Amino acid sequence: MTVLLDPTSEQSPASRERLARPDRLRGLTVGLLDISKPRGNVFLDRLDARLTELGITVKRYMKPTVAKPAPLPLRRQIVGEVNVVIEGLAD
Amino acid sequence: MPRPEVTLPSDGLIAVVKRDCPTCELTAPVLAELAAHGGLTVFTQDDPSFPETVPDRIDDTALNVSHVLKVEIVPTLIRRVDGRDADRTYGWDRAEWERVSGFQGIGSGLPAFRPGCGALNVEPGTIEDLLVRFGETDLTARRVELGDDEDEFEATFERGWSDGLPVVPPTERRVLRMLAGTTRDPKELVGLCPPDLAPLTVEKIAINAVMAGCKPEYLPVVLAAVEAALDPAFSMHGVLATTMFVGPVLVVNGPVRRQIGMNARGNALGQGNRANATIGRALQLIIRNVGGGRPQEVDRATLGNPGKYTYCFAEDEEGSCWEPLSVERGIAPGVSAVTVFAGFGLQGVVDQKSRDPESLSRSFAESLKAIHNVKLAPACDAMLVVCPEHERTFRNAGWSKARLYEELYRLCEIPGDMLVAGARGIAEGHSPAVAGTMRNKFRPGGLLIVRAGGGAGMFSGIIGGWSSGGPTGSLPVTREVKS
Repeated sequence: MTVLLDPTSEQSPASRERLARPDRLRGLTVGLLDISKPRGNVFLDRLDARLTELGITVKRYMKPTVAKPAPLPLRRQIVGEVNVVIEGLAD
Repeated sequence: MPRPEVTLPSDGLIAVVKRDCPTCELTAPVLAELAAHGGLTVFTQDDPSFPETVPDRIDDTALNVSHVLKVEIVPTLIRRVDGRDADRTYGWDRAEWERVSGFQGIGSGLPAFRPGCGALNVEPGTIEDLLVRFGETDLTARRVELGDDEDEFEATFERGWSDGLPVVPPTERRVLRMLAGTTRDPKELVGLCPPDLAPLTVEKIAINAVMAGCKPEYLPVVLAAVEAALDPAFSMHGVLATTMFVGPVLVVNGPVRRQIGMNARGNALGQGNRANATIGRALQLIIRNVGGGRPQEVDRATLGNPGKYTYCFAEDEEGSCWEPLSVERGIAPGVSAVTVFAGFGLQGVVDQKSRDPESLSRSFAESLKAIHNVKLAPACDAMLVVCPEHERTFRNAGWSKARLYEELYRLCEIPGDMLVAGARGIAEGHSPAVAGTMRNKFRPGGLLIVRAGGGAGMFSGIIGGWSSGGPTGSLPVTREVKS
């Protein structure tokens, strides 16, 4: 019998359930995260305007660079301030 | 596999010998003398009929006894008392044999001293087999038992461990052999491997180096490459996750290049050299297997590039009049090092007519200005690989590498008017605010120059970089190669 050594991290992916989506946004605070991709702000500005028209509280955030994951303090800030996050992923 | 059972006499003398050892042959009459006194057990490593002078020899061609006794040299003579080793000597030294055996005047016709020979159980390849057989490898990775009918090469594909090409199955024996290439503890944590930030040990690196096809002597280079890639300044996570083409490009400097037979000359960036090919591949397999960075998952590359299988070459320091890349980046001369650069592909610079450095540097600059898009500046970092026939032009004119850098940065200044979106009939480009300004194609420090390639052909190359080059994205990182 051949025995091989596992080359992986041996971390079985933890199966994490997504949080249930809210039925409505009214009464919630929505975070808009600009990941610093070009023209992401165009998309998010439009969302900001539409959500604000609906009376929904909007907070804006921006990653310092698209090239790196969001810094931990920023992630903590977002988690502490909003109920829902929308981010603009692509150019 | 159960650990072999080894039974040893609890009291008396033990000798371990092999026929393929002149000193063992020399001591055969002595062993006969001791056997005649009684209480001697002789274990033979190679030829069970040796030594003929001793009637009750025990076959240890499996080397289990030799391993348990931790024999390193033959002949070894051991005195056992109450189930323990009380004393031992090796080689032939009459006084020592007299002391250990307790018999005086043995081997009277022999010279007083002869050194022994290496024992078979500690030969490379064999010692690893024995460690595996006895469950003494001390390796901690999860064991994956294949089915009896399972092909070991197919098994690695099916488990998702391959980059698409066959990998060498990482058996314990092969991994132990690989680890012999470094003095570092297999359990040493080298870092957290992106994108999953999984703990990456020397052992995991060795497993993936086996799979990539590395020899043990390449392992220190792989370790240095991994350390460089894991430096936050390199931003391996971003290099992997970007939709752009890039992957880690490795440039090796210093004596290790020749020690492990790397190619810095003809086809240096191409196929055919084991060290070049497998060191770069090992890094990619580590990111894939330990970090969990797989295409169409966290690796979001639109096209990728063939260098994401492997992209590693050596600089031709001996043929160059310029300081090596590693020295330029702060490593002492004569010290081996690896530089990792987030790059892709190779854009050729064909110039067969320039015979002066001014013309040739203009050729280089015009080609450099085309990276990513002629309308983008700054665009990305880049590595310029200067071929020998081009370097000769600079050498003959007395141009240092610093001079060439200076000229290239100067020549890569571009009028903003040419870069405005829509200018030259191309929608790509910058905002109108750049009009009337000068923009450089590269950030300061965004160019790297190395020398490599075959002696014929006026063909240098440009390895393009990532648009997120620089401090907010990926910076080249250089790490010393340590044993």
